[in-house]
Amino acid sequence: MTSLVAAQVPIAAYLILAAILFSIGVAAFLIKRNLITVFMSIELMLNAVNLTFVAFSHMWHQVSGQIFVFFVMVVAAAEAAVGLAIIIAIFRTRETLNVDQIDLMKS
Amino acid sequence: MQLALFIIFGVLAVGGALNLLLQRHPINSALSLVVVMMSLAVLYWSLGAEFLAAAQVIVYSGAIMVFFVFVIMLLNAGEEERTTGSRAAYIVGFPGAAAIFCLLSFVFLSERHALGSSNVGGYLNHLTSNISEVSTLLFTKLLLPFEVTSILILVAILGAVVLARKEQ
Repeated sequence: MTSLVAAQVPIAAYLILAAILFSIGVAAFLIKRNLITVFMSIELMLNAVNLTFVAFSHMWHQVSGQIFVFFVMVVAAAEAAVGLAIIIAIFRTRETLNVDQIDLMKS
Repeated sequence: MQLALFIIFGVLAVGGALNLLLQRHPINSALSLVVVMMSLAVLYWSLGAEFLAAAQVIVYSGAIMVFFVFVIMLLNAGEEERTTGSRAAYIVGFPGAAAIFCLLSFVFLSERHALGSSNVGGYLNHLTSNISEVSTLLFTKLLLPFEVTSILILVAILGAVVLARKEQ
């Protein structure tokens, strides 16, 4: 038990966890058919990249990576506001959230 | 303690992300994304980023996900149905995601000795807290980008209001 308490985690483990989350985000982005869920998988990918930033910031003993994560959070909040407003506008005109039926730009 | 925290909350984060992928109803996906974000906040704390852990809970799982849940409720989104278009996404999606994961983990594992390991509390010097370190850098050297983000937020608010308004 004491070995578990004192054990250290390699930074590579955090980075692989972030890679797992990013890959699940990519798969969900491609597979999900609901517009809101596709948008949520983008948020999942942003979170995975934030985890790599924090891990590297810990590794180099500098806070620059954490400040980058702070800016990513701000931009993600702005992006969520505008993106969900666009989703509401699309739903108002087309009455659907299925990405296969939102093909206005397909010639 | 670091290892126990990492295993518990790493498994919780991966489980939440897989649940997001497998659930059919968007509200279940949103709630499992909240689980992912909360466990990532604990991982940030264990990496010595206390301010980001608090901001993750307040901004991401507090503000953004409540906004998502509001929109799901407002649009009365039901379960998604399978269509023919999603079969091509299955064929491309899973191998593509697996290829990205294999590439990334190969790079990380081949460099794992250079990357080193982490320990709780062994972050910066113990005299200054993480929050004062972050705020000193943010309000001196990075003051201009910080002010520019406020303009970005303002533009996003105006854009959201204009886009979501009912056309006359």
